[in-house]
Amino acid sequence: MVTVNGEQQDTAGKTVSDLLSEMKLMPERTAVMIGGEILPKTEYERILADGDEVDIIGFVGGG
Amino acid sequence: MQTITEAEFAQAVDSRSDKPIYSIMKQARVGIAGLGGLGSNIAAALVRSGIGHLTLADFDTVELSNINRQLYTLSHIGQKKAEALRDILREINPFCGISAHTLRVTAENCKALFADCDIIMEAFDVPEQKAMLVNTVLEQMPDQYLISGSGMAGFGNANAITTRMITEKLTLCGDGITDVADGVGLTASRVMICAGHMAARAVEIILQKGVSNNER
Repeated sequence: MVTVNGEQQDTAGKTVSDLLSEMKLMPERTAVMIGGEILPKTEYERILADGDEVDIIGFVGGG
Repeated sequence: MQTITEAEFAQAVDSRSDKPIYSIMKQARVGIAGLGGLGSNIAAALVRSGIGHLTLADFDTVELSNINRQLYTLSHIGQKKAEALRDILREINPFCGISAHTLRVTAENCKALFADCDIIMEAFDVPEQKAMLVNTVLEQMPDQYLISGSGMAGFGNANAITTRMITEKLTLCGDGITDVADGVGLTASRVMICAGHMAARAVEIILQKGVSNNER
């Protein structure tokens, strides 16, 4: 199981890109952290593994 | 304008507080990326609390459409936001050091621009820019605190806007959902609440860090 934004999900084996697509998030509007460390955009094809703790921030407009 | 000494200003900031605020705030340096509704109101809050130094960055010029939520007044229309904001802030607290930069913050210039800041505030309007800044700071400047604002559009429940600590260094403020692209507009009240959350988190970091430095 992978923890995504605090919730357990059966997403092990999928890439970060896959996960973003499922969540309907555009990569250029997101920040992804795994285990509290930022994941560079060049590593979005990384395959998620059991035990990964993923935080996905999808930014919205306005400021 | 009445002449005020820094000692008088410090005393006023510290009034009704059992612990010193001004002397700790004075040591802190904060960078603000984007000087719109979030950035301008964050800056006002921080200079009122006696922040020592602000680095301000925005490429933009004040327009009439900004007045609904940004700190500027009609007299600033046509001025560069960085310069107009510096002038406003100096009237609130002339003892704050201010570096005002009229430029577009990029992944390339971000580190040099905010190198000496303890805390960086992400206060952009466009989601791609928000993501760029957060990714850049976390990748290139992992020791600095970063406070980002996302989701303060429309006129819905003010209590939906919260402060969330993602990691020790990264704080996210906003409701995370309301998007100005949905045509819900931006109101000063909600934008100022989000700016207030962001400024409050910065003050909390500064005073807690300062208190621990002083007492231990």
